[in-house]
Amino acid sequence: MSAAARLEMAGISKSFGSFAANADIDLKIAPSEIQALLGENGAGKSTLVKIAYGVLAPDAGSILWNGREVRIDSPRAARALGIGMVFQHFSLFEPLTVLENVALGLDRPEPARALAERIRRVSKTYGLPLDPNQRVADLSTGERQRIEIVRALLAEPSLLIMDEPTSVLTPQEVQTLFDTLRRIAADGCSILYISHKLEEVRALCSSATVLRRGRVVERLDPRERSAREIAALMVGTELVESVRAAVPSQGPARLEVRGLDLPGQGTHGVALKAIDLAVHGGEIVGIAGIAGNGQAELLAALSGERRSPRPGMILLDGAPVGQLGPTSRRRLGQAYVPEERNGHGAVGPMSLVDNAILGAWQRAALAARGWLRHGRARLYAEAVIQAFDVRCGGPGAPAASLSGGNLQKFIMGREIGQDPAVLIVAQPTWGVDAAAAAAIHRALIELAENGAAILLLSQDLDEILTLADRVAVLNEGSLSPALPRDQADRERLGLLMGGAHGALSTDGRSEAPVAA
Amino acid sequence: MDQVTAFLIAVIPAATPLLLAALGELVSERAGVLNLGVEGMMLVGAVTGFAVTVTTGSAISGVGAAMLASAILALGFAFLTLTLMANQVASGLALTILGTGAAALIGAGFVGMPVERLPHLDVPGLSDLPVVGPLLFAHDALVYLSLILALATGLFLNRTRAGLILRACGEDAGSAHALGHPVILTRYLAVLFGGAMAGLAGAFLSLSYTPMWSEAMTAGRGWIALALVVFASWRPGRLVLGAYLFGGLSILQLYAQNMGILALPSQVFAMTPYLVTILVLILISLRRARSATPASLGQSFRATQ
Repeated sequence: MSAAARLEMAGISKSFGSFAANADIDLKIAPSEIQALLGENGAGKSTLVKIAYGVLAPDAGSILWNGREVRIDSPRAARALGIGMVFQHFSLFEPLTVLENVALGLDRPEPARALAERIRRVSKTYGLPLDPNQRVADLSTGERQRIEIVRALLAEPSLLIMDEPTSVLTPQEVQTLFDTLRRIAADGCSILYISHKLEEVRALCSSATVLRRGRVVERLDPRERSAREIAALMVGTELVESVRAAVPSQGPARLEVRGLDLPGQGTHGVALKAIDLAVHGGEIVGIAGIAGNGQAELLAALSGERRSPRPGMILLDGAPVGQLGPTSRRRLGQAYVPEERNGHGAVGPMSLVDNAILGAWQRAALAARGWLRHGRARLYAEAVIQAFDVRCGGPGAPAASLSGGNLQKFIMGREIGQDPAVLIVAQPTWGVDAAAAAAIHRALIELAENGAAILLLSQDLDEILTLADRVAVLNEGSLSPALPRDQADRERLGLLMGGAHGALSTDGRSEAPVAA
Repeated sequence: MDQVTAFLIAVIPAATPLLLAALGELVSERAGVLNLGVEGMMLVGAVTGFAVTVTTGSAISGVGAAMLASAILALGFAFLTLTLMANQVASGLALTILGTGAAALIGAGFVGMPVERLPHLDVPGLSDLPVVGPLLFAHDALVYLSLILALATGLFLNRTRAGLILRACGEDAGSAHALGHPVILTRYLAVLFGGAMAGLAGAFLSLSYTPMWSEAMTAGRGWIALALVVFASWRPGRLVLGAYLFGGLSILQLYAQNMGILALPSQVFAMTPYLVTILVLILISLRRARSATPASLGQSFRATQ
């Protein structure tokens, strides 16, 4: 008999209507243990964690804290016990300072000076450098996450829950975070680590609980299993990985960018500096990079939402389109799947038929002489729904009623259905479950095989390394030369993402710079 | 010298109602609520202050009643926009129209009646000093109160926990709620403060600045106050500066009219403060000072879960 577990959840069930988000889940985490909670979107991870943190109340089951049965009916109660949580989406106030942000999250007010001192101490102890008086707006994503972690650590928790903390970090920042987490665990704090990045889990965690459809399917030691085995457990079937043979680029470039300069817009805009890029027919070129390094500007310039200074800066099948708007470019054969589905890729309150018209009327002839052709549009929407297995209430359903993954499949289908010469796609599988992501990846590969040029912007390195033939990195508005995939290993890309310009010439191994 | 002193002495009371009303609006906007009803609330404050003072003979009751009446009006606005989540711009405009009409109705019987001006707080000795005496030590209590309130508001917003929570509600209501802070309650209180301050500004107009009641006597000062908040980029210190600048402008145009500097119709001079307001707003927008705008300003917030 070992000592009592730090946290033990027994027989936890929680239903929303007829949907069982958690069914009879047991979870046990020991002091100093770093345990992973694994599962696909919708497997019940968030629900379980929200119950542990007092955000949701379970329908059945009991929670033991250090061997004693407790009721956790609010986040405040959870914090009082010693449970801290770092959320995936930061709840930070950009115009306020680090100190003010931390103060807002405290249960017991503390004088500013003493608090600043404590922040400095905690951040020093755990290698999380932070200046309490800096404004959050001036900080990088990695630094913002440090605030959340420091905020949680100030309460001296004995269990820290981390919800997908690495989705916004560079590989180097991930390493730093892992060092910190190991140090925290060594001091006796347990860590429950939620993620679907299996390689990271294998590097960090000593145990893992895998959830599928609200139930525990297995408890395992991730270091003893391959990522592939664990993925299969999460999904329930063997995943058919889309593997793509590298295609040597052939023929003339279909999409070409030549020396594109574009000033940044707004206070946090990033200026694009002399971007050079060519995407050939049959090729997928990936652009990696941390958000906020010019992705928004590059997408706006490529889609036509912002005009380039000179027409010849962007060529579509050889034609200068730099100063054409999105409609003209679509007419010439360009398709575009933006990062934001609702509100950019689709109009939420409007039906799928209307959304099909809005995106495809030029190429699919869904309008003529100013009049809409509803019959054709309906057929088009139905064809997309069928071909991409979009789960929805029919073509008349409003776009906003679809889940993220299904709406993404619809938008992807709408664009691919136009038989584009060039497809520009951003974050195609963000927040999409594994099955839908695999379908989207297959569609992209198929489109490339049919001769289209595809430009893929993604923050997910795994995705880029699976799909892209060549990979370039966007950092502070500059685009690196595109590396063939076999030369684009994680470490090299990570260095480029962090702004190490020598990473291309020196062969790997150079000292990783601390990302600013 | 006499001219200059007289000008400076006139600027202070001209700036005071702008400062009072704008301070209230500033707090409301920092909490994330845009209340375009300042003009209407000022008018209701002006007429209530005047009517109660004339009826009861007590200026203190008058001022208190003015603040209460405008705060009640603001409560209606808060209920519409915060509880029922009506559009803030439309509700604010409606509030101005309602306030203007209600003030005219209440004030119908009081037009042309005399009232005793608020007493000046003469400081023995100091008030008799040449130039400095009448300039600094011979105004009524509301003038000093407006400056004290500006200082207090600045301290409250930047140095207290409650002020920090209020700013958080204006920057990101969702996050503030997630951290367990009462967004709706905070916004209610901020809007009520805004109403009371507009009422105070109105009472100053009808009891001190021009001690009488006439319809629409605020003459657009509520709108200038709104512009001042933007001009000050939501900071109380700059607000004092802006209020005195605009106060000075409105007095300057009176001088220009009297002296007949140019052969222009007097209406042209009367227009200047408003033209400058528009100009300032344009300049500020060009300078992209938008980052100073509370990020949740004007957005309804519904607490889920």
